[in-house]
Amino acid sequence: MNAPERGLFFRLIERARRRSAWLFHFNAGSCNGCDIELVACLTPRYDVEQVGICLEGSPRHADVLCVSGPVTRTTRAALVTIYSQLPGPKVVVAIGSCPATGNVFAGSPMIDGPLDRIIPVDVYVPGCPPRPHSIIAGVARAIDLLAGRRSAVVEGGR
Amino acid sequence: MNPLRSLLALLVFPGLLYALPMGWLMLGMERKLRARFQGRIGPPLSQPFYDVVKLLAKWPVPRVVADKWLLAGLPLLAVGSMMGALTLLPVFAGESGFPGDLILLVGLLEMPPLCMILAGYASRSIYGEVGATREAIISIASNVPLLAALVALATAANSMHLSEIAVATPWTVRIPALLAILFCLPVKLRLNPFSLANAEQEILAGPLTEFDGPLLALWELAHALEWVALTGFAATLMFPVRSGLWFVDALVFVLLSLILVPLLTLLASATARLKIAQATRLLWRWGSVIAAVALATALLVRHGGH
Repeated sequence: MNAPERGLFFRLIERARRRSAWLFHFNAGSCNGCDIELVACLTPRYDVEQVGICLEGSPRHADVLCVSGPVTRTTRAALVTIYSQLPGPKVVVAIGSCPATGNVFAGSPMIDGPLDRIIPVDVYVPGCPPRPHSIIAGVARAIDLLAGRRSAVVEGGR
Repeated sequence: MNPLRSLLALLVFPGLLYALPMGWLMLGMERKLRARFQGRIGPPLSQPFYDVVKLLAKWPVPRVVADKWLLAGLPLLAVGSMMGALTLLPVFAGESGFPGDLILLVGLLEMPPLCMILAGYASRSIYGEVGATREAIISIASNVPLLAALVALATAANSMHLSEIAVATPWTVRIPALLAILFCLPVKLRLNPFSLANAEQEILAGPLTEFDGPLLALWELAHALEWVALTGFAATLMFPVRSGLWFVDALVFVLLSLILVPLLTLLASATARLKIAQATRLLWRWGSVIAAVALATALLVRHGGH
């Protein structure tokens, strides 16, 4: 439901959302591989802060929830809580193959994933681990979705 | 004090109309310069403006455990008191303010840290409480040199009136007092060696951990205004000559405020976060020494003058 442009006020908000996306990173039992690649995006080499992207400490400050890991049974409750703490509009990016498919842990009784069985996922970034380029491309796609959100109802979840 | 003049000071210069864009510019400069010092390109100067617009347009998640009126009132109080502090700054020549406005200014400058401490406890979050405790300790630690320096200035100028203090204080007192105040600036602005209270990532976001959307935007505004008010206060003390031409005085004030931003950013980029005991020791030992020198010189100047 991407409504047509609704005047200056909405265009300003859309522009602000595009230029100031704050990330919250949730490790749902990841092996730390994807986490290192995510942090690499903040280094001088990739420097995502030049487009306003920051890694935030609190989920309440964030717009984009980045989840890595296959969602183990112990992290599921925390993941749901954290997702509900993000103020809308929000988007979820699944970083790596684990949250997308379960990866090598698929079928294990210890995981509750893949991620889209638990919370709606907007963008998948496959890879084990994905390169920082792919993560930045995925987050950029997520920001496009974020800027167009008009209502609290999450659309596009699978 | 002329009511029209004080209304102009509140709403135009150095109040709202000037302080809001200036605060965003200062925050933007701080982020851009910090990025450049770290070898990054960094965000554009307009970044803090977009951050605030985005936060205002978010849909906050209601919370049941915390008192919502308290949580909404505290950032508003912080913004309001910073506006008041900006109004009192003795930028121009002649009679502005009123006798004793130094005390009011100190009280107003203390409001945002106090609001943040209360907000940290009121938000009912463990990270908020840790951040609030740190903010309380660091506030007490930095207020010893700051208040001693202000007492020295007031003693040397023999006045509690800001516009007189800004002009009449002799250099022998002004320099050590100014050094002590500059020492306290990174503490008051929660910049790096003293960024204990908001300690990003370490204790999530400190007292502001549980704030989201428009309320967080208000805190960002209060922080931007804090930058303008504190650097502005130092700027009014740095240059004791008022030309009488309003635009020259305003320009000098703006330039001196802006000079402080790269210096503070350089300090923040070059240092790592201290522990609370180290920061307190540093402030009480070295900050207080400078402030004590200022105080001693002030007493000598005052009694030598008689």
